[in-house]
Amino acid sequence: MSPEKMVHMANQIATFFKSQPGDDQADKVARHLLDFWEPRMRDQLRDYIAAGGKGLDTLVIKAARQIG
Amino acid sequence: MKDFIIPDDRDMGTPARVGAPVTLEIDGIAVTVPAGTSVMRAAAEAGIQIPKLCATDSVEAFGSCRLCLVEIEGRRGTPASCTTPVAPGMVVNTGTSRLRKLRRGVMELYISDHPLDCLTCSANGDCELQDMAGAVGLRDVRYEAPENGGLANHFEARNTSGEANPAWMPKDDSNPYFSYDPSKCIVCSRCVRACEEVQGTFALTIEGRGFDSRVSAGGAGDDFLGSDCVSCGACVQACPTATLQEKSIIEMGTPDRSVVTTCAYCGVGCSFKAEMNGDQLVRMTPYKHGKANSGHSCVKGRFAYGYAHHKDRILSPMIRERISDPWREVSWEEALSFAASRLRGLQAEYGQKSIGVITSSRCTNEETYLVQKLARAVFGNNNTDTCARVCHSPTGYGLGQTFGTSAGTQDFASVDHADVVIVIGANPTDGHPVFASRLKKRLRAGAKLIVIDPRRIDLVKSPHVEASHHLPLRPGTNVAVVSAMAHVIVTEGLMNEDFIRTRCDWDEFQHYAEFISDPRHSPEATAMLTGVDPEELRAAARLYATGGNGAIYYGLGVTEHSQGSTTVMGIANLAMLTGNIGRPGVGVNPLRGQNNVQGACDMGSFPHELPGYRHVKGAEVRSIYESLWGVEIDPEPGLRIPNMLDAAVDGSFKGLYCQGEDILQSDPDTKHVAAGLAAMECVIVHDLFLNETANYAHVFLPGSTFLEKDGTFTNAERRINRVRRVIPPRNGYADWEITQMLANAMGANWSYAHPAQIMEEIALTTPSFAGVDYALLEEKGSVQWPCNAEHPEGTPLMHVDGFMRGQGRFIITEYVPTDEKTGPRFPLLLTTGRILSQYNVGAQTRRTDNVVWHEEDLLEIHPHDAEVRGVAEGDWVRLASRSGETTLRATLTDRVSPGVVYTTFHHPDTQANVITTDFSDWATNCPEYKVTAVQVSLSNGPSEWQEDYAEQAALARRILPAAE
Repeated sequence: MSPEKMVHMANQIATFFKSQPGDDQADKVARHLLDFWEPRMRDQLRDYIAAGGKGLDTLVIKAARQIG
Repeated sequence: MKDFIIPDDRDMGTPARVGAPVTLEIDGIAVTVPAGTSVMRAAAEAGIQIPKLCATDSVEAFGSCRLCLVEIEGRRGTPASCTTPVAPGMVVNTGTSRLRKLRRGVMELYISDHPLDCLTCSANGDCELQDMAGAVGLRDVRYEAPENGGLANHFEARNTSGEANPAWMPKDDSNPYFSYDPSKCIVCSRCVRACEEVQGTFALTIEGRGFDSRVSAGGAGDDFLGSDCVSCGACVQACPTATLQEKSIIEMGTPDRSVVTTCAYCGVGCSFKAEMNGDQLVRMTPYKHGKANSGHSCVKGRFAYGYAHHKDRILSPMIRERISDPWREVSWEEALSFAASRLRGLQAEYGQKSIGVITSSRCTNEETYLVQKLARAVFGNNNTDTCARVCHSPTGYGLGQTFGTSAGTQDFASVDHADVVIVIGANPTDGHPVFASRLKKRLRAGAKLIVIDPRRIDLVKSPHVEASHHLPLRPGTNVAVVSAMAHVIVTEGLMNEDFIRTRCDWDEFQHYAEFISDPRHSPEATAMLTGVDPEELRAAARLYATGGNGAIYYGLGVTEHSQGSTTVMGIANLAMLTGNIGRPGVGVNPLRGQNNVQGACDMGSFPHELPGYRHVKGAEVRSIYESLWGVEIDPEPGLRIPNMLDAAVDGSFKGLYCQGEDILQSDPDTKHVAAGLAAMECVIVHDLFLNETANYAHVFLPGSTFLEKDGTFTNAERRINRVRRVIPPRNGYADWEITQMLANAMGANWSYAHPAQIMEEIALTTPSFAGVDYALLEEKGSVQWPCNAEHPEGTPLMHVDGFMRGQGRFIITEYVPTDEKTGPRFPLLLTTGRILSQYNVGAQTRRTDNVVWHEEDLLEIHPHDAEVRGVAEGDWVRLASRSGETTLRATLTDRVSPGVVYTTFHHPDTQANVITTDFSDWATNCPEYKVTAVQVSLSNGPSEWQEDYAEQAALARRILPAAE
């Protein structure tokens, strides 16, 4: 998918979990990505972060470290 | 398989009552019935049919025909049994010689004004007037016209001297499905009462008095088609004579047998009797023991089944090398081996995950189960998705997170106990008409209504129904409005603390209460962005919280947003705050779009979960299927529909088996869908017609209609209803057989001989279906899941003593404005929906006479917005968004607010989805159909895209003559 679309989708997820109580938002984002994003989408996200991750919410970047 | 035994289908004369038992004696037989029951119904319970004409058990007694007279010991005269309630110890005689004489006299008067053309009448053999003349022993009619005329009647066009009879009226054939022949009318008012009481439209009335009384649709000069009539068929069903008669009966004759089955249109899932004459289907009539519809129907299920025999139906498999080639008709064997070798070839070249399936929400549970099994067991991946992705996937996620289960909480009958009903983002009178009739009946009986919708839908104000509050919010602000309601409930102390303490997670509630009490969620603070009057919103919230049983019904206006899942959670929060869960009359009720959306979701169509909503990451769940199927199940989620299309454009997704969906027309951002399909090397479309998606297909497998196969559909109330084969599949095979043949061509070794065996496998592997089998469905008619050892007869109401997940969870619902924003280029907001006569992409309904009500999609625009653009009623306009543009005709209406425009997506020529964008729900990727920033301007004709599209479609639909 286009990087813009991926960034938009990932940031939407981060925006939701940021609003939730607790201090495990990154875990929740990571869990959501693991549960619903197909591996090649997660690969694309990780590759994008490796290339700078422009436009991504910091919470997504933090969460992406946890997704294998 | 034993035949389904049809329960007692007699007309009991008057509706059933609930009450304390009352015992009386009728013709020497003791009978016990609930208090309030009529003597007529009590007699019917005892097996005694009292002659009647104006009474029928679908409407309240009227007491006009005077045929059902009885004698009651100790009472004077001969009261009408239909309007006389039973009393303890009452002694009734129904057949004394005095009564017989009176009845014969009544019938003689009726027949004196009725043509005696019984032998050639379309109702011959199915006419209650005829039956009653026989029952009372009428042998003579003494009222004859004098030779010089002068005795008026309604049925002769001319009198004996050849002069026109002013009392005679010609047949009204304006409705495509039924005719109204006034000359045969006995003015029993059953049609008028059915229109009022059953349907709730009030289109019919009795005009005139005494001998001049006539049934009339609308005002003077209106015919049936031009009136408010919605063609639901209730009047035709109620008519005792040939006055209101299906045209199919007039053409083909009366049925000789019937098969009970389930409608394949919306998620209400009405039960119908498919009435047959030999091997011909002559009529579909609503089945009164059907629990979803209780004998009612809408224009689609009742009449719009002719698509099964439409000339566009494709009956032979077809293949082609490239989508630019014409189609070539081939044998099933050739088509399936072509498809199988292509799919296997793609997997060999591009990897195991390069192909996938889309299951159909229109097909049966058994068929859907097999399609996802094809992906998981034969393709070896989880690339399976279904059209619920684009409609109710946020319901699955949102209710799963809050309540622990992905389904509505009630049965439809629950609405009979509701005191306050919130309808949010749904238009039941058009989308779910049979449920709407039930809802309107309850509203007429005094329940209050709150409508939250950008448009003034019909429910806001229609005959004898008026919403207490209409909150016409700006599209995209659902979360803000729902949260503002919760703010009012919490800050004004209107919540049900006892319920929250005992049934919900109290800690999470504390977080939620703190969040929602913040003044930024108040109706006053959010009014600027929602456009909703804060006072109205406060009043609505107070009404819901304090008005008794509060029930929420919602539709795609909730889910199809960037924050669709968040709104579903917000709705669940409202229900938990007020304790409106777990008893009749309350609940959270998603109105499902397609007939089997619920079932398709239940059957494991989603790429992340196996049947029964169990995530593929669970090793225990996978092992159930691994040991049964003898394969390894991929523990990673597969691609969702939008992800499949993205991956196709990226080059890693190459093959798709799409059953009974038309993603090119129904999915958002048509250009992107087309690009994705065009990038695939093997697209298999399994459908009734060469739909829009088929323009990009390499294999076409002809499908079967719901009339041609056995199976089950699961409706919006989780009700599993039987679909029964009425006629043999015109294409040769039921769809489950075709999927099985494809699987076997790819090396599987499936050997299902009947859908009942597939249901056995579903029950064996899915805890919520463990108790479901065809024998139980034969016995009960239908059953609502969960159905297992704990709930052997199913579950009409969920979360009665506790939530499925244990404690209900309050989830914080922060409003996030959609990124789809209006601006100078695109200053208006487009929202989309559907209308009564058409269904989804229209593939079925456009191929029926329903087109008389809706032959094209129209753009609804407020007169202010139209005026500044120079747009007049009926003008061609160009509708453009950042995704694309199309043209259609405009209609000016204040049903939409200024700044909002609306259209339907039933016609491929309009291609409303060229306009919609690729924004989607944050959690589920459900597309944001309901909010698109657009501009509207005058236009001369079709857009460039429409012209190119029409050209490509025409080329792609060529079929070579079959080889000799």
